[in-house]
Order: sequence, then structure tokens, then C-alpha cells
Amino acid sequence: MTSTDSRPGTRDSTGDRDSTGSRTRDSSGDRSPARTRTWLGPRSWRRHPASRRALHPGAWWLWAGGLAAAAMRTTNPFLLALIIGVVAYVVAARRTSAPWARSFGSFARLAVFVVVFRMVIQVLVGERLPGTTLFTLPSVALPSWMAGVSLGGPVTLEALVMAFNQGLRLAAVLICFGAVNSLCSPYRMLRALPAALYEAGVAVTVALSFAPQAVLQAGRIREARRLRGRPVRGVAALRGMALPVLEGALDRSVSLAASMDTRGYGRRATVAPAVRSITSITTGLGLLAVAVGLYGVLDAGAPQALGLPLLGLGSVALAASLFTGGRRAVRTRYRPDLWRLAEWIVSLSGLVALGGMIVAARMPDGSQALNPPAYPLVWPTLPLVAVAGIAVALLPSVAAPRPPAFVAPPVPEAPEVDAPDDGAGGDGGRDAQVPVGPVPADAALPAEVVA
Amino acid sequence: MSTDPIVRFDEVGFTYPGAERPTLSGIDLVVDEGELCLVVGRTGSGKSTFLRAINGLVPRFTGGLLTGSVSVAGRRTEDHPPRDLADLVGVVGQDPAAGFVTDTVEDELAYAMENLGVAPDIMRRRVEDTLDLLGLHELRTRPLVTLSGGQQQRVAIGAVLTASPRVLVLDEPTSALDPAAAEEVLAALTRLVHDLGITVIVAEHRLERVVQYADRILHLPGGGRPMESGLPAEIMATSPVAPPVVELGRLAGWSPLPLSIRDARRAAAPLRDRLASLAPELDAAAGASAVASATGASVTDASMAGRGTSASDAGVVRASTRGLHAAYGPVVALRGVDVQVRAGEVLALMGRNGAGKSTLLAHLVGLRTPQAGKVDLDGHEPHRLRPAEAIRRIGMVPQDAGILLNADSVDAECRANDHDAGLDAGTTAAALGAIVPGVDPEAHPRDLSEGQRLGLALAVVLAPEPPVVVLDEPTRGLDYEAKDRLIGVLERLVAEGHAVVIATHDVEVVARVADRVIVLADGEVVADGPAREVVVHSPVFAPQVAKVLAPEPWLTVAEVEKALAGVTP
Repeated sequence: MTSTDSRPGTRDSTGDRDSTGSRTRDSSGDRSPARTRTWLGPRSWRRHPASRRALHPGAWWLWAGGLAAAAMRTTNPFLLALIIGVVAYVVAARRTSAPWARSFGSFARLAVFVVVFRMVIQVLVGERLPGTTLFTLPSVALPSWMAGVSLGGPVTLEALVMAFNQGLRLAAVLICFGAVNSLCSPYRMLRALPAALYEAGVAVTVALSFAPQAVLQAGRIREARRLRGRPVRGVAALRGMALPVLEGALDRSVSLAASMDTRGYGRRATVAPAVRSITSITTGLGLLAVAVGLYGVLDAGAPQALGLPLLGLGSVALAASLFTGGRRAVRTRYRPDLWRLAEWIVSLSGLVALGGMIVAARMPDGSQALNPPAYPLVWPTLPLVAVAGIAVALLPSVAAPRPPAFVAPPVPEAPEVDAPDDGAGGDGGRDAQVPVGPVPADAALPAEVVA
Repeated sequence: MSTDPIVRFDEVGFTYPGAERPTLSGIDLVVDEGELCLVVGRTGSGKSTFLRAINGLVPRFTGGLLTGSVSVAGRRTEDHPPRDLADLVGVVGQDPAAGFVTDTVEDELAYAMENLGVAPDIMRRRVEDTLDLLGLHELRTRPLVTLSGGQQQRVAIGAVLTASPRVLVLDEPTSALDPAAAEEVLAALTRLVHDLGITVIVAEHRLERVVQYADRILHLPGGGRPMESGLPAEIMATSPVAPPVVELGRLAGWSPLPLSIRDARRAAAPLRDRLASLAPELDAAAGASAVASATGASVTDASMAGRGTSASDAGVVRASTRGLHAAYGPVVALRGVDVQVRAGEVLALMGRNGAGKSTLLAHLVGLRTPQAGKVDLDGHEPHRLRPAEAIRRIGMVPQDAGILLNADSVDAECRANDHDAGLDAGTTAAALGAIVPGVDPEAHPRDLSEGQRLGLALAVVLAPEPPVVVLDEPTRGLDYEAKDRLIGVLERLVAEGHAVVIATHDVEVVARVADRVIVLADGEVVADGPAREVVVHSPVFAPQVAKVLAPEPWLTVAEVEKALAGVTP
């Protein structure tokens, strides 16, 4: 297996076919904005395909987490819009062409839906704020035990603005989450987890692959129903499809499990019983300490000693248990992601955005600026510190290395599922960015199509 | 330990839970290092079960009772779960994509080694070696879902190879692949056997693709009878199933029996000379002659003669496309395709994986709406037809025929179909009887053999008597006998004036049944003409007989036999 004598002559026809593809790929990547920047290295090197690499997923998660946390701290629509803009720009500049990278679009649609939904709810049953009445809905008198909830009544501009701002905050958090999903594959993050958590993580991926699988299967079954002359819409169609869809997805899960077992998943090193019991004891105690510690931190009335010290102690115990637990796993890691300068810049830029928000809140009138009062309605101001912090989070669009390029045609069957008259998949069908999935043998295929 | 054979089966028998008869019984087998064993047998003879028993997936993932013992390099599957054999046995299943765990090629190759705890520097080196060995280096960062069938199959093989197993087990590795991609995979396998001394055990229905590479053939007769094993030439001399090249060799009385095109061509010079003077009867091969004889009672079956079809319609255009365009996102699947489907002929669509065959079929039956261009089905646009209306005009059996079936029993399936299509009770059952007689009406569709399941799906589709019938890759997973039966059914349909379209990679079936062949490449029609003209001189699509007898335009053994019978009294 490890002999290298067989290298010559291994370029077969497919390899050659693909080389045409790769040429188009490389040239297509040069449109990115990083092209003109030279301060991170000579321009020639940064354009060189070899400088492409995937950023450590942890860096993207810290960056997006920082921005999301920043978004959580404000309802200022300008700041939120700024965050969304920054995130979208970085995604546009640095996302890959892999199928999962397309999930950003689905998250964006979801975000819009959240804002609209929040406003509709406000109109129907929301809190009634005084102010400029836009229109009045017929109000329904509710029993006294439902005090605080109103159905109908006057809808004011103030109430709508408040709903919009709150919806926008949630939308911004969703966008951050969608960004990290399209910037690095979920599986890469799993690989970066500590060894002891890895197996639990894989179980999560298998579970996650269930939904997109079911969506694909639903598409196929829908076609089959049409070929049988059966209705493909309506309740009857749904009832006829549910069982076969579930059956197919389960079948696939079983064959995936068999494949994983065949390839050595779950092999264990023999570990001394003492180490094993130490692991379980530290895990138990650590979890307990963290729980009590969190209670101490969150509940203002709890004794100070219960808070941070216990939380710290618990974290240390958990870390220790992860370490000893990791010794049972024989797993090694193939090409672990590196943490270099670019990773520092990306992760810190996200944290700077959060820092800017925290500092802004401490400034005089800070809370006014970050959370503009709903009544009376005032034009929100832009706290400079917060804006500067968010602007720093734009750095990854330049500082992060460009991801490795490849042609990524869509999952061939997905368009079928996406058809507007889709009865079963609904909007969920749109996110069918299947990370693992059977591609029908005859579906659209990249290399050969390029040739 | 070193004296242990690499794979040993000791009096192995296996019975699935709830089954009355054992699937495997009395298997005694020793496989030595560096052999390429080909497992043959009819569908349902237990090939997959046998293969999966090698590393203990049977019975650990299936349930059932395994008697006797299976051991790999001295490790018994009884004591070692599959994961503990991962460093010895690599198993690649029928659908490689169903076994992918990670999301990019490189990660997938490294996955098994990560689990085995291989040191990072060795891991890196082996991934590079495997990328080279299987010609995957251009694909290393590609997401797995974007690969073609042949590429996926090679990645799946690579993913088990990196663990440097001593045995590689493959279940129908080329069944989903076009001829060129199949060659790629088989070339990779022979390289593993010859250069690295890996033992390969492979099951395959299409003997014409693999038999020449095998060192040994293991024949599973099915029904729990004991396995036969022997040299390929020995087994092929008497085997009821044999690739065309072997049948030709038997017919011409060549000895030793050639298994490869190369050997056969060397022996064929005298035969070519004899045949040079006899032009093949041009209409005899491809079922067109059946049109002429369609008036005979032997071919016309009451239950299958369509209302809207009759033999006299032969040549009428039943369906056509004009300037058809289709794309999946940025990838163009069809660009300006013009195709005509005529009554009374079998039209074969060929082309490599991803050339647009399935997309074209989907448009013909109205599963997809044309993005540009038109599809015409007897004056209708198929995508606008209601499902119940569409099935009376065009019927389709998709690649995975089983997906059409979802009732609990064959009988229930037939009755449901009569009801759905508004047919008289018993119509579907009668159609089934005409296609595959003797199917147990109480059986669950999932328990039928591959051929029976296809027959049932075909019956369901044919019951409303659509004038056009479309089959996507119908011979996948069929043994030779089931293929013969399918070809018989297609010939009968054509004789009755149906238009039949098949999309297939199976060049031997095309040679036997197709009247016209359309070759698609990159979403365009690159060849459209009589089957003989299109396939004979194509290095990829020519059947074995054509390759052996080139430049003479013979396609099938039957043709040659008939011609010879005419000369020699």
C-alpha cells in the first residue's frame, strides 16, 4: 500500500478529464476582493493557488460567535444592519463553492421570515404601545386571567418599530450562524473537537444527515408516485409518502452504520480500569460543579463563592475528564487544521466586535444608543465604538486565506424537490445541501460534463 | 499465525431470521494471498450475504444464524466485530455513496486510518499514494456529493485501501458505471492485485467485464447448494451463464477457451474469413424482424396488446423533443436535444454517467418542465398532464424499480394499480403473468428477486397500456436469465407497436435488442442512427462480438450462429 513505485502511469482518463476542470476553477477564483491587497504577503503569492487553504473552523466559529453575541446586545437597527452587512460581505468573499456553502441563502430567507413573523405577531397579539396609531384592528375582549395579552386593538408605529428591531436582532444571530455554516463544513468542526467528544459528534452528524436524506428520498418517491399516476399533492399524497420516505432514510442510516463499523469506527484502546473510573468521577463532579457555578453566576441572590470559583473548578474537572477519556480513543487526526496568523486575526476580529459593543454599553448614554427606547420614538444614534468594533470584523474578508477551489455542481436531485408545487418538503426542501448522500448514477456530474 | 490462509470459510451456513431455507450452506473455502476471486451466481443466490460474512457484517448487522466459522488471517468473525477487522478487510458495498461518512475526498480517504490510530505522517503518505494509485489526485478537495459514479466508486475503494487491508471485498463495483468508468475501476483493481498482492473478492453480474481478470471463480448455485470453485476457463467451459466472448468461443470450438477480447481475436482469424462473405441479416438481430412476425399468434398476448397500439403503426413518431435544454443550477444537462421516439422500435440511449440520459427521460415522461425547447407526446406536453392522464400515454420504470412498489404484497400491488389507473380488476395481474409467470401473489415486493421485482414494476407500468414505455437502466443487477426474459418482453412490446426507450450502459443488451441508438455526450446528441452503425466501431459501446469480429459488423452470438448454420449444412 505504501509503495510509491506505482506512481507513474496512474493518470488515467478521468484524471485528464478533470484537469480541464481545474483550470477553469482556478481562474474563476480570482474575482475575490483580496486580489488587490498585498499587506499580508506578496501579491503573487496570495494569488498563487498554493496559498489557498481552509481556515481553522474554530476561528470562523469564534468570529461568528463574537458577532452573534454583539448582535444579542443591541436592538439598534443600524448596528444590526451593519452586522448583517459585514457578515454577508465576508461570506461572499470567502465562502467555498461546496454544496453546504449554499446554506447561507436558506438562512437569509429564514432571517427575513423571522422579521416578518415577529411583526405580524406584534400586530395581532403584541403589546400595545402608545404613540402614532397607524390602524386599528377590531379588538377582542379576553378573560381577566389572560391579562397582558391583547388581541387586536390599535397598532402604533412605535410598536411596529420595536417588533422590527427585535426581529432584526434574531435575524442577525441567524445570519451569523448561517455564515459559519457556509464558511466551513460542519464536519470540519467536528474533526477539531477533542478526541473524547468525537464519537458523540459523529453520532450528531449521522443524525443531521437524516433530514437531507429524507428530503432527497421524498423527491424520488414523489416522482415514483407520479409515474404510478397517483396524486403528488395534498393530504393523500403526504400520507402515501411518509412511510416510504422514513423507510428509505432508515435503510440508509443502517448502511452508513455498517460502513462506519467496517472502517474501524469505535475501536477502543485498552485503558487501565483505574483511569476509566477516574474519568467517570471527574466527569460527574465537573458537571455538578459547573451546574452549581452557573446558578451562582446567574442568580444575584446566591453567595458569591458559589459563582465563578465553582464554575472555574468544574470547567477544570471537565477538561481533565476529556483528557483522560480521550486516552481510550485510539483515534489520530489527519492533517489537523493549523492555527496561524490568519486564524488569530479572524477570531480576534469577531471578539473585537463584541468588545466594542460592551464598551459602548458602558459609555454615557450607551444603553440608550444600543437599545433605543420604543417610546417615545427617537431616531437611533450610532455609537462610534460599536461601529468601529463591527468594522474590524470585516477583516476576515481580506485576512482569511481563500478556500481551496473546486467545481461544485448542485446536488442533482435537489431541484426536483425544490419545485414550487412541492407538497411535502415545503420550505425545508430548500436547504437540502446534503453533505453526504447518494448521487444517482446518472445525474449531472461535474468532471465528465466539463470534458 | 503466518500459516493462516487469508480468508477461510469452515462449513459455513447462514439463515436469515424468519427464513425457511438457509441462504448459504456448507461453504468450505480457502482463499490465498493475492488472488482475484470472482463470485458469480444468480440474483438471490446469496452473493452479497457471502461477501458480507467475510468481515462479520453478516450476521452482526442483519441478524440470523451463522453456523461454522469464518476467519480472516486467523481472526474469527465470531470473536472480532467488523471494526476489529478493519485493518484486514475492506468492504465496498453496492452503493458507494451510502457508505460515505465525511464530506470531502481527502477526509474520506483518511477516515479509516484515523479510526485505526495510524500515525499522522504515515497517514499523509498513504493518502497521497492512494490518490495516485486510483487516479484521484485531481479530486482531493472535492465534496463527495459532486463526484460522478465512477469517481465515487474509486473513492470508496480508496477509503478502505488506505487502512492497508489484506483483503478487499467488492459487491458489484461496476453495476452503476458506464463502460469507460467500469474499465477504470477494474484497471485499478488489477493493479492492486498485481502490484500490491492484495486479495480481491468481487461479485459481479456482468461477466463480460470481469471474467478475464479473475484468477478463480466461486460459483454460488443458490438455494443453499454448496459453492463450486475453479479456474475461470474450466468453469466457463460448462457454465450456463457466460459472457458473449465465451459463447462465441464455444460456438467456434476454440480451445483453449478465450476469456478476453485479445485472446479471442487471435483465435478468430479463420472465423472472420468465413463470415466475411456473409453479411449479417440486418433486421434479424434487433427485434425488427419481430414486427414482421407480429401477426403470428405466438407473439401477441391478449393482455399486452395495447388499445392504442398495433403493429401497423410502426414508424409513427410517438414522442419527440425539439431543442430541449435543461440545467441543474450552473450545470447544463441537456443543450438543444432533438430526439424522436417511434412506434415499433427500441431506442437505446447511451452515454457516460452524467451525459443527460436520465434528464432526457425525465422530460419525456413529464417529471421535469423544459427550460427551453419542447417535448411533444402525441400532441401533449407531458409535464402539463395530470399524473393519472400521463400514465395512459407514457409509462416509465425508473432506475430503482422497487421505488414504484409500496404495497405489502404482490397481489395488493396489482389491485391498487387497477384501482389507481381505473382498470378492470385483474388487468395488472394478467400483465404480470405475461411478463414473469409464477410470482407468488402473497410475497412482499421487497422479497422478490431483482428480476421479479422489475417484472412487477413493468406490469404496473404496462397495465394502462401506454403506447410509449421508458426504462431507465433496466438491466442493473439482473442476471443473464432475467436479462433474456426482459429482452423477450421488450421484443414483444415492440412487435405490438409500442415505442420503447431504454437508457443503459449495458452494451450487450443494446446489441441484442436496440433498433436505434442515440449517444449523448455532455448534453448533446453525438450519434443517432441504426444500432449496428452506431455501436460497431465505437471502442466504448461496441459489444464483445463486434470487437472480436471487427471489421465485420456482427453484434451478437445468435447472429453469427444463424449465419453459420446457413452455410454449413
